[in-house]
Amino acid sequence: MLSLILIVLAAFFFTGIIIRTKSMASGRKGPGILQPIKDVVRLFRKGAVYSETTSFIFQIAPTIYFSSIVMAMLVIPFGQSKGVISFNGDFIFFAYVLALGKFFSIIAALDTGSSFQGMGASREALFSMFAEPAFFILMGSLALLTGHTSFYEIFTELHLGSYVSYAIALLAAFVLVMLAMIENSRMPIDDPKTHLELTMIHEVMVLDHSGFDLGLILTAGYLKFAIYGALVVNLFTGVVAYEYAIPLFFFIQFLMAVSVGLIESFIARFRMSHNAQFIVVLTSVSLLIFFGVLLISGKFL
Amino acid sequence: MRYIVISNNQTIPVAEIPVLAYGDFFELNTGLVAGHPERHCVNYFGYPVGEKIKLFCCIADDNTHQILISSCLVGRSDELAAFSGKVLSFEKFEREIHENFGITFSGHPWLKPVRYPCNRADQSQEIANYPFWKIDSEELHEVGVGPIHAGIIEPGHFRFICNGEQILHLEIQLGFQHRGVEPLFLEKKKLLQRTILAESIAGDTVVGHTVAFAQLWESLCGFKPVEDIDFARTLALELERIAIHTGDLSAVCTDIAYQLGSAVFGRLRTPIINYMQEWGGNRLGKGLVRPGRNQFPFTRTLADRLREVLDLYEPDFEEMNHKLFRLPSALSRFERTGTVSYEDLLSIGAVGMAARMNNLNRDIRASHPYAFYPALKHEPVVKHHGDVYSRVQIRKEEIRQSIGYIREMIGHVPAIAGSGKLNEEPRPDSFTLSLVEGWRGEICHCAMTGPTGELVLYKVKDPSFHNWLALALAVRNNEISDFPICNKSFNLSYCGHDL
Repeated sequence: MLSLILIVLAAFFFTGIIIRTKSMASGRKGPGILQPIKDVVRLFRKGAVYSETTSFIFQIAPTIYFSSIVMAMLVIPFGQSKGVISFNGDFIFFAYVLALGKFFSIIAALDTGSSFQGMGASREALFSMFAEPAFFILMGSLALLTGHTSFYEIFTELHLGSYVSYAIALLAAFVLVMLAMIENSRMPIDDPKTHLELTMIHEVMVLDHSGFDLGLILTAGYLKFAIYGALVVNLFTGVVAYEYAIPLFFFIQFLMAVSVGLIESFIARFRMSHNAQFIVVLTSVSLLIFFGVLLISGKFL
Repeated sequence: MRYIVISNNQTIPVAEIPVLAYGDFFELNTGLVAGHPERHCVNYFGYPVGEKIKLFCCIADDNTHQILISSCLVGRSDELAAFSGKVLSFEKFEREIHENFGITFSGHPWLKPVRYPCNRADQSQEIANYPFWKIDSEELHEVGVGPIHAGIIEPGHFRFICNGEQILHLEIQLGFQHRGVEPLFLEKKKLLQRTILAESIAGDTVVGHTVAFAQLWESLCGFKPVEDIDFARTLALELERIAIHTGDLSAVCTDIAYQLGSAVFGRLRTPIINYMQEWGGNRLGKGLVRPGRNQFPFTRTLADRLREVLDLYEPDFEEMNHKLFRLPSALSRFERTGTVSYEDLLSIGAVGMAARMNNLNRDIRASHPYAFYPALKHEPVVKHHGDVYSRVQIRKEEIRQSIGYIREMIGHVPAIAGSGKLNEEPRPDSFTLSLVEGWRGEICHCAMTGPTGELVLYKVKDPSFHNWLALALAVRNNEISDFPICNKSFNLSYCGHDL
């Protein structure tokens, strides 16, 4: 339950901090930290407009997408407290409930019949597909290391004892941060600020959504970032007492948001064809973690 | 003589232009251009004489600094052998003549309508029902972009045929912005109206087009601009170049999502256009150039201010260049993206920056110097790869060059001479051609007067007229997600093309 509250709180500030960091890095003042939330509130008060060429899929997709994120959020633990739901193999549930939401947003994009949205959907599907092995090899390795298969048990059992396990935790944090960037269509994979449909990935898929539906999609995006942030935090807070763990949670979320903002300010985004390579590299980092785990647990030679 | 030789901004009686039979006309003009990269057609257009059409062809020779003009009288229903069958660079002009007068050119690759003018020959052709070029295939897909631009700049339609993410073919459909600029020049009788019209041909090349109009009008009226007029115009042209190039560098950075470059170059553009306002009252240079007078004389005080502006501009500009051109992620987006070969540029008759990006040295400032340029001895910036990187490099180096010219010029500000009065009436039965190198490339204005000295023909050619095709060639085999950066690196004008 604690994790749920913390994630929602972090989601309130996360995107605002990214935008503020980017503004300050380019010498501007920038909007307030809560501006993204205000935008969403504004959208929630609006009705939605539907194109005549779309079917009911297009109308239900944003709701399913949003609820899939909320479902995924429920299984995330925090330190000593379990998530709202916790069972063996819940990290598989986590990945595929997110995938379900993504599936619906992809077919909703195809439903519009727009060539832009079709392109965006195909890119999103491709990049998620490449990202999937990275996540599963990572979580699988951690499961192997701890001998458990639920998020809560994995993270509470994960003791940072030796140098190798520090290395594993750092690599895991790197993979999770990068996955968060890919899943949330941030730089250097995708440019959330662009107005050019031809270069968009996620943004172009939601171009036709408006009002309340768009509000749901944006809120889901804010939550998603905080969820991945919470996973990163969990790597380090397994046995830490709450009075340290909670500040650490916000500190790591803040650090992640600032670094996303800085990355987006000072480099250009990748060429589309380089994205696939970049994402596949994450899988190899995950494999590195896997071999590290094999070494520690003595299963390797 | 089969053609008459004039220099830039020279007025000649129409009667002196030789009228040839079409066969000779064809041989002469294609012969002049074929195999001579230093010669290119600056304008080729028709003018209705009774039931017939008189074709005028103007070929510029960059080495001899001359313009060779010849003409030919043909009937509206004639079927003529197309120049473009032999030299492709005439294709756009022939399409325009076909669209305006219905003359058919046999052997022309594709008589696609250019801009759907209101007085076109075939009124049944409409922009709304234009049949796009199609490929019948299960694997390929079409992407249509526009006519409403994502950034709401100007209207134009782009139809891509793609194999997955790869562009196989791009067809560009323009004409949405057609306002009838050329007939309006004849309709509006007051000089001020015409000047304002020239200012509105392309909003980003205000100074370029207005200087072309002013020079042309002064030449028609037999007015020789005094030194300070030429000085002010040259300065304005170079300032416009700096401002737009800086803005383009910022836009290119935006398209690759490099926020720092986008913000810094965007900010650097502002002091330059603000200076234009300080000088002439308008940030885009409207109202600055007027035929026959120096509307806003350039004083020593203004020169000191300009020096201050440039002193502040230069260090920031160089620092940002230093960052941008060393940033691996940016270079990987620039290099080998949107390449056009030298042969392609030559065959489509590319001009200006788009030509210079791959060894095709076409710069009116050097080849047909006007105003203050003969004194500056301009050396064009030429690049050798024809990709986005070359186009960005040209911008960077031309900005440096322009700053150099401006610093050189404001060292000796000429005294304001009491200019002679501009003759109200142009000379009768005359023809004039004016070439100006705008920031984008060669601007060509042609005018002809009737027996009483009234304008009977006004032709405008913006560099975008040819260069749009270079964009279509540049994106072939590139990823569709690289189209925006290719487009921005050319930054062509929609309204300059559509007129």
